[in-house]
Amino acid sequence: MSSDLLLSVRNAGKQFMQGQRLRWACRGVSFDLYPGEVLAVVGESGSGKSTLLRLLASRLACDEGSVHYDLREEAGSGVAASRGASGLVDLAGLSEARLRWLARTDWGFVEQHARDGLRMNVSGGANIGERMMALGARHYGKLRGEALSWMERVELDVDRIDDLPGTYSGGMQQRLQIARNLVTHPRLVFMDEPTTGLDVSVQARLLDLLRELVDQLHLAAVIVTHDLAVARLLAHRMLVMKDGCVVEQGLTDRVLDDPQHPYTQLLVSSVLTP
Amino acid sequence: MTSVLETSELSKTFTLHARGGLALPVFSGISLSVGPGECLALTGHSGSGKSSLLRCLYGNYSASSGEVRIRHQDQWISLSAAPPREVLDVRRRTLGYVSQFLRVIPRVSTLDIVAEPLRRLGVAADEARAQAAQWLARLNLHERLWHLPPATFSGGEQQRVNIAHGLIANHPVLLLDEPTASLDADNRRVVVELIHAARARGAAVVGIFHDDEVREAVASRCLDVEHYRKSN
Repeated sequence: MSSDLLLSVRNAGKQFMQGQRLRWACRGVSFDLYPGEVLAVVGESGSGKSTLLRLLASRLACDEGSVHYDLREEAGSGVAASRGASGLVDLAGLSEARLRWLARTDWGFVEQHARDGLRMNVSGGANIGERMMALGARHYGKLRGEALSWMERVELDVDRIDDLPGTYSGGMQQRLQIARNLVTHPRLVFMDEPTTGLDVSVQARLLDLLRELVDQLHLAAVIVTHDLAVARLLAHRMLVMKDGCVVEQGLTDRVLDDPQHPYTQLLVSSVLTP
Repeated sequence: MTSVLETSELSKTFTLHARGGLALPVFSGISLSVGPGECLALTGHSGSGKSSLLRCLYGNYSASSGEVRIRHQDQWISLSAAPPREVLDVRRRTLGYVSQFLRVIPRVSTLDIVAEPLRRLGVAADEARAQAAQWLARLNLHERLWHLPPATFSGGEQQRVNIAHGLIANHPVLLLDEPTASLDADNRRVVVELIHAARARGAAVVGIFHDDEVREAVASRCLDVEHYRKSN
């Protein structure tokens, strides 16, 4: 068991202007994430979980507190070491370019709506190849070979490699988005409601795929979901959010089977088959 | 005798916030210790808190007060206080659990479900599947079922999948929640043999055995959870 921290969040908060007043969308969030750990963030819409995810992925800046990330092995770059910054680094101190690099190589971000995470005007294969090209891969045959192997891995029909993502079904688009994110072997993947809006059978298939990939690739992941069954299936740990605050956190099956906080109890008892 | 699993002054009370903070005391002040090769049977009427105690021992329920300690990789760990990833590591390497009901994962075959604990220990897929097949055969689960997800299996079939899943990794400590509840006489006998074999290899076992015959066959001691009921 590795004891090297991957992500360390301390007292993170973000506020937005609502009407004439500033309102905290999330506040006082603290947790540590280790390599290979999957954390589910659950709560109702408006609880601040998506804002939190955006803070973690540096898509938003913290107004309070910090998010530190381990830059130790920045994928294939050698850039991190030469520029001095390594180990746990405050993401607020990194340049835009540096964050973009992280987001394209060492992180993944799976959007709820695949269209937001895909480039709809290029082929499925090109979507998978894009991150590799950003890392300098230019050999067409290699790019195509890698794209094909990832299509197989996420159970996409390889004959569709040259088709535009718009011609794919919702479930296929989501799997394409996952392949596009994982092709550079990121260490940390953020997922925003990855199975919401898909048919139940398609959901089951996607969940099963995610479970396998997370295991095989030893991925760390933060998954925002309102679906407790998704949390149970995928996550080692969970955070329960309400009104922007974490009301309870811990081992997934402990939180779901023996919830302590009134809100968690309500959440768990409101589900038909948790 | 050295022990591998202990509790000290363990208490469990549920607080139901939807009922105005109603406190449901389950048990209090349980101090137990179990050593290698022992099998401790939890007894008491249904509703006496046997399963809750077992879940506390697994870290699935939190302890309201007191502690659960387990011997893990030559160290004592406080399971009731350990962070999630440590609890998960204890479950991976040291602590096996056979629950009453199988939690079915969509699309995953019976063979892969049973093989999973070995996979998590780093055993290669083929080897893990081969061992899973041996366990399923031992438990008389028909081979035509091995490649199907167990969602549609009968209660008895699911229970045997659950038992194979819980025992395959040869964990040093085993928690068994009514492992023979829906089995016929032949399969009960197989499970009794498997528990004997686990004790013989040095596993410490804590279990709930509804069936008197089974309990007498496998248990070395009993603990009556009724004695620890809180204020009735």
